[in-house]
Amino acid sequence: MALSTVLETPGAGFNFENATRNAALEGLFGGGQTPKPLKTGTTIAGVVFKDGVVLGADTRATSSEVVADKMCAKIHYISPNIYCCGAGTAADTEKTTDLLSSNLSIFSLNSGRNPRVVMAVNILQDMLYRYHGQIGANLILGGVDCTGNHLYTVGPYGDINKVPYLAMGSGDLAALGILEDGFKHNLELEEAKELVRASIHAGIMSDLGSGNNTDICVITKQGVDYIRPYQESEYKDKRNIKYRYRPGTTPVLTEKVVTLKLEVVQEAVQKMDTA
Amino acid sequence: MEKHYTDSKVKGVSTGTTILAAIFDGGVVIGSDSRASIGGEYVSSKTINKVIQVHDRIFCCMAGSLADAQAVIKSAKSHLSFHSVQMESPPLVIAAASILKELCYKNKDELQAGFLTAGWDGKKGPQVYVVSLGGMLISQQVTIGGSGSTYIYGYVDAKYKPNMTREECLQFATNALALAMGRDNVSGGVAHLVVITEKGVEHVVVPGDKLPRFNDE
Repeated sequence: MALSTVLETPGAGFNFENATRNAALEGLFGGGQTPKPLKTGTTIAGVVFKDGVVLGADTRATSSEVVADKMCAKIHYISPNIYCCGAGTAADTEKTTDLLSSNLSIFSLNSGRNPRVVMAVNILQDMLYRYHGQIGANLILGGVDCTGNHLYTVGPYGDINKVPYLAMGSGDLAALGILEDGFKHNLELEEAKELVRASIHAGIMSDLGSGNNTDICVITKQGVDYIRPYQESEYKDKRNIKYRYRPGTTPVLTEKVVTLKLEVVQEAVQKMDTA
Repeated sequence: MEKHYTDSKVKGVSTGTTILAAIFDGGVVIGSDSRASIGGEYVSSKTINKVIQVHDRIFCCMAGSLADAQAVIKSAKSHLSFHSVQMESPPLVIAAASILKELCYKNKDELQAGFLTAGWDGKKGPQVYVVSLGGMLISQQVTIGGSGSTYIYGYVDAKYKPNMTREECLQFATNALALAMGRDNVSGGVAHLVVITEKGVEHVVVPGDKLPRFNDE
């Protein structure tokens, strides 16, 4: 195993050294628990409406029973016309969507086209299938391309499904109830936004792993409207005093200035051929 | 990762299905239900598509793990397309079935997926092939698969006749799917049927409320 200061290019596949280290440490704690990975314990939803797709998500990220991030961004950018909501292990959804986004940028630059949603879905499916469920990413992909408005779900084992409305995450059953009741084909923009907001709100209220604010992302042919937050939590705390420290709070006792002497050791000029 | 409790042998989303295929006079009918489930308890999709077109006159039905089946069919479609381009002619149904069989047999330790392949080709006309979980490939006149099939073996054995007309065969298939969906908890939704003949391909979708009822009142 190389030193941690030396950058070593990883070999193919997974490196489970940390997992074995954790297992060994758990024994040392004498019954104590190693920290759990950050999960988003989420409610995410998506709806296809007349002119595009609306995606919604809550903003709570939990680490076991502690809220680790109150304003976590769960709607990830994939390309100018495609966004992706992620539920499951936070690191997995972040990195998977980042990787997808980079690859699609390269594709766009090479081909001169915006990627199609079905292409993003296929790439995700291939990647997640290769890892056989070890990457804990439950994703909702939504976007608008030349073939229309699309909403897909991608599961951690690599199964995909194309749907007109969808909810995922720990709060999905609550959100799905609202969606099943309120969804109609060819909704107008405001109706679709309200439907997604209501379904995420149901997830926030009924699921312990979801909470705080609601983010909404509207994707249409004209562009993307990423509203963050769309609705703030009713239970926001109010800070009573400011915690800023004014300059001068910490007194300076002594000051010592050491000038760094630099001398020119070598000068080399390389001509650039522009002819 | 599993938030839905499961003691199911299939990890992740299962097609938990009823699929069937039957040859009639001049063509073949292939069909399935549309339910995908997790752990035998949660219906993750009411409208999943299990009848996939792998070539102009060849369709496949999938059973088992949804992720495995989709991955295998993706790979098979690509191989079949390349094979067809190389041969400069439409592929034979047995070619499609063989490709699926190779994938299932060579990877039998990792995969949990089975398939029905049905289609029409110029050499042998309408055909139905079964590729089972371990990679066995056999040809049959009529075949059923998936968890819901256990409830309709009697019906299929009694009611299937060779050389039925197209309408008789469609009715037979619809009835069989309806009966299986009525008894199997992991089969349900709508009935997807595809009729393949020399002339072309026709999709018939029968919504849940239009399915025939058998002592359901």
